Amino acid sequence: MGIPLTWYLTLSAVLFSIGVMGVLYRSNLIVILMSIELMLNAVNLTLVAFAQFMGNVSGQILVFFVISVAAAEAAIGLAIVIAIFRNKLTVDVNDIKLFRH
Amino acid sequence: MFAEIFFIAASLVAVFSALAMLIARSPVQSALWLILVMLCVAGLYVTLNAAFIAVVQVLVYAGAIMVLFLFVIMLLNLSAVPEIDRIDGKKVTGFILFTVILAQLVYVTATTSESLSSAVVSAESGSALNIAEALFTRYVLPFEIIGILLLVATVGAVILAKRTFE
Repeated sequence: MGIPLTWYLTLSAVLFSIGVMGVLYRSNLIVILMSIELMLNAVNLTLVAFAQFMGNVSGQILVFFVISVAAAEAAIGLAIVIAIFRNKLTVDVNDIKLFRH
Repeated sequence: MFAEIFFIAASLVAVFSALAMLIARSPVQSALWLILVMLCVAGLYVTLNAAFIAVVQVLVYAGAIMVLFLFVIMLLNLSAVPEIDRIDGKKVTGFILFTVILAQLVYVTATTSESLSSAVVSAESGSALNIAEALFTRYVLPFEIIGILLLVATVGAVILAKRTFE
């Protein structure tokens, strides 16, 4: 007796979809970065569930690497946010039009 | 039986917190709700017998990354520029895409449930010993590359945040 694998997959699907909606719905750059972290968390949950289902440790190693890359991504992303805020004095993606003349 | 109840409670709290993160007005509230989501996911890792990943999740995500987010939010003083709510095409597109992706993922999960509906194997493969054995033998080269990646990211973040573009 235990928790079925489909429960974990369904929860991951819901969390991933909420992350997608956060990226498209919000216009604050920092909240968009947070939504990306939420999507990475959902995928990590799927990876760990499948790794335990298969009885293999490699999936958890991959999750470890994903967490490391997410830390690097957050640091770089927030540095870019600070650089944009210094120039434009806003973090609203509707007001940042660097490529538009 | 206890594991099922814990799973349901943790997943309900996680989904509620994720939705609250989505609709929270200020970025600080969003960050605090996201920390709650990450703690719930760490609890779900414990139900999967992945204790090491659960500890790393709390330390790195709920600890380091979210502190970095809160630090940047306070550094920028974002409460001075509140977000204006307006319904435009972007938000409608976002909701439609949310529905489509959720329906697709749930459909895939539901249709393949015959082969996947058995319980998750409760092997002892999530301990720090087993992960370290794999990490420092078979996956030692990716481990070193991740170290270099983190160094490059740190240097890049410092340079990006210091530099002034004209």
